[in-house]
This record gives sequence, structure tokens and C-alpha cells, in this order.
Amino acid sequence: MIRALLIWVLLATPVLALDPAELLDDPVLEDRAREISKGLRCPVCQNESIDESNATVAQDLRALVRERLLAGDSNTEVVEFVVARYGEYVLLNPQTTGANLALWLAGPAMLLLGAGMAVVYIRRRDTQPKDQSDGLSAEEAERLSKILDD
Amino acid sequence: MITELGHFALVLAFAVAIVQMIVPLVGAQKGWRSWMAVAEPAATAQFLLTAFSFAALTYAFVVSDFSLRLVFLNSHTDKPMLYKVTGVWGNHEGSLLLWVVILTLFGAMAAWFGGNLPPTLRARVLAVQSSVAVAFFAFMIFTSNPFLRLAVPPFDGQDLNPLLQDPGLAFHPPFLYLGYVGLSMSFSFAVAALIEGRVDAAWGRWVRPWALAAWLFLTIGIGLGSWWAYYELGWGGFWFWDPVENASFMPWLIAAALLHSAIVVEKREALKSWTILLAILAFGFSLIGTFIVRSGVLTSVHAFANDPERGVWILLILGIFMGGALMLYAFRAGTMEAKGVFSVVSRESALVMNNLLLAVGCFVVFIGTIWPLVAELFLDRTLSVGPPFFEMAFTPFMVVLAAILPLGSVLPWKRAKLGKQAKALWPVFFVALALASLAWAMQTGRSALGPVGVFLGAWLVFGAAAELWTRSGNGSNRLRRLKNLPRADWGKAVAHAGFGVTCLGIAGLMAWEIEDIRVAQIGETYTVGNVEVTLQDVQQVQGPNYISSMGFVAFGRDGEQFSQVTPEKRIYPVASMPTTEAGIANGFLRDVYVVLGDPQTNGGWAVRTYIKPLANWIWAGCIIMSLGGALSLTDRRFRVAAGARRTRRTPDAVPAE
Repeated sequence: MIRALLIWVLLATPVLALDPAELLDDPVLEDRAREISKGLRCPVCQNESIDESNATVAQDLRALVRERLLAGDSNTEVVEFVVARYGEYVLLNPQTTGANLALWLAGPAMLLLGAGMAVVYIRRRDTQPKDQSDGLSAEEAERLSKILDD
Repeated sequence: MITELGHFALVLAFAVAIVQMIVPLVGAQKGWRSWMAVAEPAATAQFLLTAFSFAALTYAFVVSDFSLRLVFLNSHTDKPMLYKVTGVWGNHEGSLLLWVVILTLFGAMAAWFGGNLPPTLRARVLAVQSSVAVAFFAFMIFTSNPFLRLAVPPFDGQDLNPLLQDPGLAFHPPFLYLGYVGLSMSFSFAVAALIEGRVDAAWGRWVRPWALAAWLFLTIGIGLGSWWAYYELGWGGFWFWDPVENASFMPWLIAAALLHSAIVVEKREALKSWTILLAILAFGFSLIGTFIVRSGVLTSVHAFANDPERGVWILLILGIFMGGALMLYAFRAGTMEAKGVFSVVSRESALVMNNLLLAVGCFVVFIGTIWPLVAELFLDRTLSVGPPFFEMAFTPFMVVLAAILPLGSVLPWKRAKLGKQAKALWPVFFVALALASLAWAMQTGRSALGPVGVFLGAWLVFGAAAELWTRSGNGSNRLRRLKNLPRADWGKAVAHAGFGVTCLGIAGLMAWEIEDIRVAQIGETYTVGNVEVTLQDVQQVQGPNYISSMGFVAFGRDGEQFSQVTPEKRIYPVASMPTTEAGIANGFLRDVYVVLGDPQTNGGWAVRTYIKPLANWIWAGCIIMSLGGALSLTDRRFRVAAGARRTRRTPDAVPAE
């Protein structure tokens, strides 16, 4: 939350992120520019997209994105253009190639593993012979076992 | 003088904590009553000493004693009194002291209200709790002492970070710490039970209030932080998947899982070893959160960060406690045999699903949070993991959780017939579906997010209501019976409904927000959505310790003004930092949100205006969730358990093991 701090400290005079003057006249292109900007990280900020950032470099990047769009690039081409210059660090949505597959697959893999274990556990509880303490409630059984233990 | 006394009290509390860590533990092992009995007065003394120390530090802040290094660095004579006080924990050292105050308070509460615990278990719980305190006392005294003096006291201080001078953020840390530290209690209970070698229904009943309280406070703390981000950061976002936010979110998820699985232990004596593991991991995630926030490894910009030495200390604490507890767990978990038998379709199974989804969700957040670190250390790649990843990888778990929740919560224990139980929910399902279709029809060409969110939210809220209604039985006097349902049942329904309300808010805000960015001339009126916005004036205003450009913006509909707000751009000269204060007209169905930007060279001001549908519902849901938790906490069963302590004073005939 306090990620906005650094940039504010770095800046002598605050500028509004995404100044009205930066907007493109063509609303379709502008929408695409916003879409792209939201997925690109401001290189000097903490976890902030260039769309939200006040930093000068973010402003430059916003201008660059719009420039490429005006030149007729597709969304993917614009992103590739920026990544080629600033590295994959600027991608807020990490790539799915190489070792990053582990990141993307960790959740589903863990879910499968956990679900497997849960199913085994539940089945075992289901097929176990009848609870011998059925006549007693859990608490009564507990009190009994405590008395017996001591 | 008072400062020195505070410092002395802190060191004394450290000494008491060491005694409390060792003596009762040995006593419990050997069966020496007198040694076990040390725990209770020690816990009280530890709390009183730490509380005194905290009061001494607060006093130094209140009177602006700039001979104290911490006060000099984080306070200023012009600062309003409220922020002088909250400035005590607006920094690393002070917040650590607050953390320890809460830690010892909870330890003392376990001593005061723990009368009906078996004496050995109580001695061990207090000893383990004290060992956590020892670690943090040592950390504070040796690396982050709040009572250090300056040889030459300056005339005035350097002021608190202006972002922290805000009611939302001022009370955000205490609630978070209550949550984090509450989880240390369930950790202590888990470790004590492992040493003891037994976990039973009584244990489950004892752990649940602590887990519930921790979860409740975390909910409030996270809600406050998110609300603050909404109105302060100038974008009206409510969650950024920032590492610091995730640090508090992970314990929340695990605490939610823990308080559900503890119910299974209490009612059915199943899921024991899993619950123990969750209790250990929940505190582990609290420590990881502390590490992330204070070490600066992941967020080098957080106010407290920037000291690797502290990071090493916390990592050491984390390693010792998690390593030790998990090792103990590996040795002892096998002895915990489940007793309860249940069929595949039953509430037990539903709660297993709940735990699975919450735990895996937490795991995804964890992986996403540390992945940049892993990639840099082992893969030599610098990369980012931002909101798009979390939205895609985490949200599905919560969607499934919300989808199965109303069904799972009406299933009876042991054995259930799905068709029979679901009967009461069919109307709910159709109402939710109808609302979702309505949402679908009203929006044109947008994503499915809004309708799906509306469906889930309505399903949860009405599902909770339907469950209460079914529980009130058939025939006459339903309303009276409804009123007489146990508070825990009410708490459950209210908390689940709160989750639904938050879902609705998130869906509404994310799906139907309207944004407008423009240069507005003074006096000009423009329309955003169906709201007419007029920037009437901008004035320079002098605050107590800041200078502000204050805009006066009127909102109207059909020519009628319904609200006026004052968005601000503030500059805090001492800290030389600007902040934005959004102007928000709150409404039940939508907020109108306006942010003032810079003056333009050719006249006018840059202004951003948003219509934020259902925004308040996000935090209303948080409040309702915590209200549900509080209701459940006041249930008669817990009160009865607490009342039992009055009979304790007569020494019981049970010999110590």
C-alpha cells in the first residue's frame, strides 16, 4: 500500500499520474493504451503499473506505448517492444515460459495434491468401522478418557 | 526519568519472560506443581511491565521529548495530538513494542481465563507463549531499542510520514497486530498439545476463540488498510496485491481455515493433526509477514524497512519457531488419532473442502509473493508478479469457495442427503440467478465478472438467511426460536453473509466503474455517468502541519446539487512530501470519487472523476464479517467455559502427569 511512497519521495513536484494532456484523441486507441499500461510495471516503483504511477519514467513509458499504438503496432507488439528495452521485469503478469511454469502450475498442482489427500482421508473416515463411542457424545468420551488417563 | 523507567521495565519484562519460558515447562515435565504455578503471576508481571514500558514511550511522544531518538525521528511539535500518539507505532521500534505488549496481554489473558485448562497444558501454553515473547524482547532490546537517547537533543522532530497521519492508517497496525499475535496463541496451544501428546475436543474448544479473535482482528485491520488505500492513494483501488498487503492476507486465509477446522476437532474429534499443522503455519505466516514488512527484502519502500540485520533476526526467529514446531509435529502427529467417522457427503467433508481451498489459495498468494525473490536468487531473472497473476491464479479458489459455501453450511454432521438439504436452497439459487441475469441484461458488452460476482454475493447472503430460517424449524413461534438460536449460529450466518456482501462490492467496483480524466475549468460543469460534476473553486488552505490546495467540487443530478466534496493536494513541508486526499460522496449504491491534479498552464485543473458502484459494500462486508466473528465469540459455550474458572481455586485432585 505504501508503495506509492518512493516515487513521491523521488519527485520534487508531484504530477498527476496520467495527465489529461497525455490522452489520445482516438477513444479506441486510448482504451488499448490503458489496457496495455495496466499490465506494465513502472521500473522505479514498487508494484505499481505505469498507468497509476507518478514517476517520470512511467510518464515516458505511457508516451512510448501511445506512440507505438499510433504507429500501428498490435497490443502484443507494443508489449514486446517495451520488454525488449526494459526486460521482463516490467511485466506485471509474469510470462508462462521456462521456470515460470512452476509459478503458474504451483496452485493447480497443489490443489490436485490436496484434493487427492482429502479424498483419501474422507474415504478412510467413511469406511472405518462404527465409532465405538457412539453411545457417548464427543465431550462425554473426552471426559471419560481423561478420568481413565489420570 | 519516566523514559529510563520504561527502558528498565522492558529489560525486566525480558527477564521475567525467560523465567516463564523455562520454569513452568520443567514443572510440567516433572510434575512439580509449584514450578507450574510460576507461569500465571509471571504472565501477569510480564504484561504489566511491558504495558508500563509502552506507556512510558507514549508519554515521551505526547510531551515531544526529542532527546529520545525515536521521538525525534517520528514526531513534531506541530503534529495533532492524535498522530503524536499513533506515531508511537508508526515506526519499526515502536510498533515492535506494541506487538510485544499485545503478545504479553494475550499471554496474561490465557493465564487469567485459563482456569479450566488442565494444569500441565496451561503451564506449557504459557511457557511456549513466553518463548515467543523472549525472541521478540531480545530482537527489540538488541537491535531495535525504542528507548535510545540522543546526546544533543534537537529543538524539533522530523515529523511522522504524512501518509500515516490519517485515521484509517493510524489504527490499522494495532488491529493487524492483534490478529498476528492472536495467532501466536493458537501456535502456543498447538505446540503445548504436541508436547503433551494429546489433542481432544476440549483442546479444539480452547483454540477456537483465539483463532476466531485473531481472524476477526485481521479482518478489521485488513479492511481499514484497504479503505485507507481507497481514499488516500488517489486511484480508488481497494487491493493492489502488494507484498505488504499479501503479508497480512496470508495469515487471514490460514486463520479462516483454522477456525473452521477447529470446529471439526471440537465437534467431531477429526482433522486433529491437520488443525495442529494449520495452527503452526498460521503463526508462521504471521512471522513471514513481519519478515516481509520489516526486512525490506521484498518492499524496499515500506516505511520501516531498509535494515538487513533486522531481516536476519526475524528469519532466525522464524527458523527456530517453525523449524522446532514442525519437527515436533513430525514426531508427534502420528499419535493423534481421529475418532469421528463421517460419510463422504457431510459437513465434515464440506469443511475439508473449505480448508483445502483456503490453504491452496494462501499457497498461491505465498508463491506469487516470493516468486520474484526465488527467480532472482536461483534463476537469475528479475521479474515481477503483479495483480494480473493473482487475479487469475487466486480468484478461482474464492469463486469455488463461495459457490459451495451455502450448500456446505447446511449439511448436517456425520451423514447427509444432498437432495434433502439442498431443498431449502433452491429458491436462493433462483433468486441469485435472477439477480445475476438482471445484472447481465443491464450491462452491455462487458465481462462476465459483474454478473458472476452478483450471483455469488446474492447466493451467499440469501443462503445464510435461508440457513437461519431452516434452523428455526417448522410450525409456530419460528421468530422466537430464531431469536433463541445459539449466538454461534447467528455469528456463522452473519459472517458468511458479510463475505457475500464483500463479494458483491468487489464485483460491482471491478466490473462497472466509470472513469473520467480531463482538464476542468473553474465553474465548468461536465457529466460522468449520470452525475453532473462542477469544479467550483480551488483555494490554498493552511493545515496544522501541511499546506493544501483544496478544490470545491459539486455533484448534481438533473440540475440539483446533492453533494459537495473537497479533494485536496497536501504538502507536508517538514517531511517535504505531498499527499492526495480524494473527495468522496458516499452513497449506498455508488460512490462519486474525485481527485484534484495539477493546475494546467493554460488555465483549469487536471481532475479525475470516478463512479464507483457498490464500493462501500467491500468494507461493509468486512464489518459484517467481523461482527459475525464477535457474535460467535460471545456464544454461551465460551462464556460457560470462562465461568468455570471460578471453581478452580480449590485444588483439584487430579495429579499432574
